[in-house]
Amino acid sequence: MLAYTLNRLLTLIPTLLAASVLIFLFVHLIPGDPASILLGDAATPEDVAELTRALGLDAPLWRQYLLWLGNVLRGDLGTSVFFREPVLAVIGDGAETSLLLAGMTMFWIVLFGVPVGIAAAMRHGSWVDQLASGGAMLFASVPTFWLGLYLILIFAVGLGWFPSSGFPSLTDEGGVLNLRYLVLPSLTLAAPNAALIIRLIRASMLDVAREDHVRTARAKGLHPTRVAIRHIFRNALIAVTAAFGFTFAALVSEAVVTETVFSLPGIGRLVVQSILRRDYPVIQGVILIVVVFYMIVNLLVDLAYARLDPRVSLK
Amino acid sequence: MALLEVENLEISIVTGGRWGRLLPVVRGVSFSVEAGRTLGIVGESGCGKSLTALAIMGLLDGPVVRITGGAVRFDGQDLRALDPGDRRAIMGNRMAMIFQEPMTSLNPVYRVGDQIAEALRQHRRMSARQARDRATELLDLVRIPDPARRVDSFPHQMSGGQRQRVMIAMALACDPGLLISDEPTTALDVTVQKGILDLMRDLQGRTGAAIILISHDLGVIAETCDTVAVMYCGRIIEDTDTPRLFAHMSHPYTRGLLASIPAVDRDTEWLEAIPGRVPPVGAALPGCAFHPRCAFAKGPCRDSTPGPTAIAPGHVVRCHFPQEGGA
Repeated sequence: MLAYTLNRLLTLIPTLLAASVLIFLFVHLIPGDPASILLGDAATPEDVAELTRALGLDAPLWRQYLLWLGNVLRGDLGTSVFFREPVLAVIGDGAETSLLLAGMTMFWIVLFGVPVGIAAAMRHGSWVDQLASGGAMLFASVPTFWLGLYLILIFAVGLGWFPSSGFPSLTDEGGVLNLRYLVLPSLTLAAPNAALIIRLIRASMLDVAREDHVRTARAKGLHPTRVAIRHIFRNALIAVTAAFGFTFAALVSEAVVTETVFSLPGIGRLVVQSILRRDYPVIQGVILIVVVFYMIVNLLVDLAYARLDPRVSLK
Repeated sequence: MALLEVENLEISIVTGGRWGRLLPVVRGVSFSVEAGRTLGIVGESGCGKSLTALAIMGLLDGPVVRITGGAVRFDGQDLRALDPGDRRAIMGNRMAMIFQEPMTSLNPVYRVGDQIAEALRQHRRMSARQARDRATELLDLVRIPDPARRVDSFPHQMSGGQRQRVMIAMALACDPGLLISDEPTTALDVTVQKGILDLMRDLQGRTGAAIILISHDLGVIAETCDTVAVMYCGRIIEDTDTPRLFAHMSHPYTRGLLASIPAVDRDTEWLEAIPGRVPPVGAALPGCAFHPRCAFAKGPCRDSTPGPTAIAPGHVVRCHFPQEGGA
């Protein structure tokens, strides 16, 4: 297992190199000039030319790439053109928000999605199933900005239970209690994703329930709940694992709408704003780190497969 | 009193939703098995033999296929009258089943020892340690080599024959009085089949269990069973003890089944087959269900369903014109 993990980590290197070329090219293909955006409408062409030179954007593209790559390999993702801060620090701030938000969202997904999915599969065809499946369909269809706004209206404005926007770091005043800022956004994000997990668990369990070994388990005289959990859900989990992994990865990097509705300083919003600002170093840095993150999640999903299914061997 | 008595069992498929039509697929099936004896149920695919087995076992509780009539008495107790908890206390404990598909009937994610232990922990309240020791003993009993190591194997690490031995070990875990075995050797190589059948007979000698052996193979039945029930289209059409069946086969269908076994001592160019096909499930066929395929069918066969007739003591046939003499 250790050898497999190390091997997989080594294969990340060529993938990352290829990704870095693509990232660099795509970012520089975005029309618009960072210097003129930074300086605003009043800037003279001389000012723009000087800033362009100062930012190193006048060099040929391949030279810029090699310079960037060399710095990245030394752990330096560059300096944000907009914030005038190291890119790593800018991303670090966003990453804290995004990881905590994704973590809390996964908590809700597991808390609500797993039991409801199991109940829907066990009571297949009954009112429980129809309620769960109908509810899942509803929550999967509701746009997140709409749900987010209504949660703010009810629980922040109306009842005043939770703050409506922003997220101070856990290291700021308030400490762990600052997590309350993430309750409404994480619930907003959890709704459509839990809905998908419910439907996936239900469908996978119904598939497994048709398998012969489930009949063997029932023939042992086991209680139906035990059969459902230990013999159906446990086997269905193999199919659901990948969905958990990729849901988590997507939550970290793609929660743009929710982050915008709740004014959260997360990764998703950082990318979008950096693109609008033509902040090349930040865009490149974020995308690169998200690529690495996806690859690590992918690896963890594979390791989880091997834990869950003894037929899978890691070679 | 027989250990298991099945009386007038009727199993139906519910078509078109919960309040839909009931389509009987097994009708008027009655038989009994005594402790230490083996009953064979033989017939083509789709004749209802597996459904009958599942019904006795208590595994037909789904919304689509269910028991719609008759009684199943085990040790004098009507199983249909028991509540689900009491029913489960019998399943896997006093009554156990071996399934046809050894490759898929074990859960791929658990070690075989744990799967055997599960029934012991359920019915005997054994500790994990005790159950594991007993599972190792059972693997030894079904002649799996190196049981102390194999108890930790996963199903995919075993061959089909070994998996079927594990299934048998699992079924025997709680010393059941009745063992239902649905085509236990069909999915296995011929050489392995013999070993499994010998093992079952040997274990029966030790435990005195009653066995119901379901097969489409008259050869297997002849070798292992004391009595035989031949099923066709959801009914038992011939029922007697094994020596008498092979000496005085009376139903044309039973004779057809026997004729379709290729003989090694005859130079056969063509495999004998029963002409025609099994009628579709629930087909409303007037008269005898076998008459469209029967070489001896006459007028009454098309009009009325033959009732059970005892043509000799302990030999019942459902046929208007039972055939005389040896097969």
